[in-house]
Amino acid sequence: MTSKVHKNRRRFLQQAALGSVLATGAMSLPIVSRSESSEFPDSLPEWMREPGGDFSNYGQPSTHEQQVIRWISANPDAPGNGVSWTPLHDLQGTITPNGLHYERHHNGVPKIDPNKHILLIDGLVEQPLQFSVESLMRYPMESRICFIECGGNSNSGWRSTPIQAKAGYAHGLVSNTEWTGVPVKLLLEEAGIKKQALWVIAEGADAAGLNISIPLEKLLDDALLALYQNGERIRPENGYPMRLVLPGWEGVLNVKWLRQLRLVEEPIMSRDETAQYTELQTDGSARQFTFINEAKSLITSPSLGMMLPDSPGIYQISGLAWSGRGKISRVEISTDGGESWTDAELHGPILDKAFTRFSLAWHWQGEYAVLQSRATDETGYVQPTREALVSQRGRYGFFHYNAIVSWEITEEGDINHVYGL
Amino acid sequence: MSMAYKLLLLILLFSSYAMANPVYQKLGIPADEISQQAQWNISIPPSGKGLPQGQGSAQKGAEIFAMQCAACHGPQAIGGSAEPLMGEVGSLGGEYPEKTVASYWPYATTLFDYIRRAMPINAPFSLTADEVYSLSAYLLSQDGIIPANSTLNQDSLPKVIMPNRDGFIPVYPIP
Repeated sequence: MTSKVHKNRRRFLQQAALGSVLATGAMSLPIVSRSESSEFPDSLPEWMREPGGDFSNYGQPSTHEQQVIRWISANPDAPGNGVSWTPLHDLQGTITPNGLHYERHHNGVPKIDPNKHILLIDGLVEQPLQFSVESLMRYPMESRICFIECGGNSNSGWRSTPIQAKAGYAHGLVSNTEWTGVPVKLLLEEAGIKKQALWVIAEGADAAGLNISIPLEKLLDDALLALYQNGERIRPENGYPMRLVLPGWEGVLNVKWLRQLRLVEEPIMSRDETAQYTELQTDGSARQFTFINEAKSLITSPSLGMMLPDSPGIYQISGLAWSGRGKISRVEISTDGGESWTDAELHGPILDKAFTRFSLAWHWQGEYAVLQSRATDETGYVQPTREALVSQRGRYGFFHYNAIVSWEITEEGDINHVYGL
Repeated sequence: MSMAYKLLLLILLFSSYAMANPVYQKLGIPADEISQQAQWNISIPPSGKGLPQGQGSAQKGAEIFAMQCAACHGPQAIGGSAEPLMGEVGSLGGEYPEKTVASYWPYATTLFDYIRRAMPINAPFSLTADEVYSLSAYLLSQDGIIPANSTLNQDSLPKVIMPNRDGFIPVYPIP
């Protein structure tokens, strides 16, 4: 036993010595000129005949994938007020890479120093408390894979003519992430919740000071004070150093750069729960506190911007479905604009309030086709047609558009966005 | 029951208890003092609780608007790159509804809250309380929600009745 350890140690020292020699350059690898008689002159790709690139401290996508980007749409007079869309049409699986998570900022991404940031919990509590970021890192954490969707996602669907944008650039204000953080419930209970408390005003530390009212019930249910995004600390544009994650509830409530939770009796009636994120109906009244993102699905491939090269050919129809009410139980696909439907395969794991990938192999014979997907969630809610949604809500609701999306396939294999057949 | 078995049972019991009731150190620091500070009391509810002292006239507000707001919102508070603020009262149920402050916002306190925290967009929290009252008075007077010679302060602002005060139907709690 002892001798073996000794031997290994000896070998290690020998290798270490060799390494140090190499590192100082006293001995270097000989430059080998490739023999003309090499058995593999150009038949092997160059990346097999030359050493590869260096290590990197933080990896980046291949230079061949530089077109896979968030699409930015912001106000030129106020460049921090706008959105960037997740390129859902370029992605597979269900987890959104951190650099591609959608953004909605009301006045830019704050550069927060985590050492100067605190979370204050006050209002109707027994004891107002402040927490440093450092102290929150010591709390027990939970991880939760779920989507976050902006209430304004897909709002171009309310327009009278179908927008000709790629799938992600019309419907990509939604992303799916493994969030890790402290259950908000633990922190609220530490402060001691008074009986009168029914709502909580959450406030962000950005230059819009975004404030919004959230039912206390939700924060005590499944809300996370998220500190990590897909395993690494939350990106600045997603709320660094901390944000709320309210699974299934519209994006604006998942307050980024969270600085305060104030427990109150009634909603504050802030701008983002009255003037915005409310849905005007045809009779002039508006739906308010429409928190849940209802079931929705989208075919991401084939979709606008792609084409079908072979006619006839076999294509893998693939897409995403999600519901703020729970798990996706079924996705159906139509290739004839909703005349007939076939069940798609759901790829597991099928998680609560999270993206579910679906797919179906399609034998295209070169005919005119309209591809649609229709999601059903575990509560039995079925994604509506655009016609049904518009007849129910009118065309000026702006938020919470979740109708079936239709991709027209021409006989040439081109793809357009249409509103049904 | 053997000693080892008893120990195993104890461990199992403890581990399942730990999952349901996490064991951790409470690290919140009492914050009674900062909870009272102005920078932690920015949100203004419809009751007006927390509105600062000060006052502002519609006339003064017109001057501030021209300087601070017109570049984005347009000289008449409509037609700029930012949202329209005035006009269109009564349009919501019509063929071409327009959501402006005057036509859509249910509470005047929201106007104070939002201007103070978020406007002007290039310099949030740069306006004084008097300036925010003035801007609120100017915007509300343009559609006759308050008289043109009005002055607003912490008492009068919450009393303003907005045209669309009863236009919202809460969907939560979900039945």
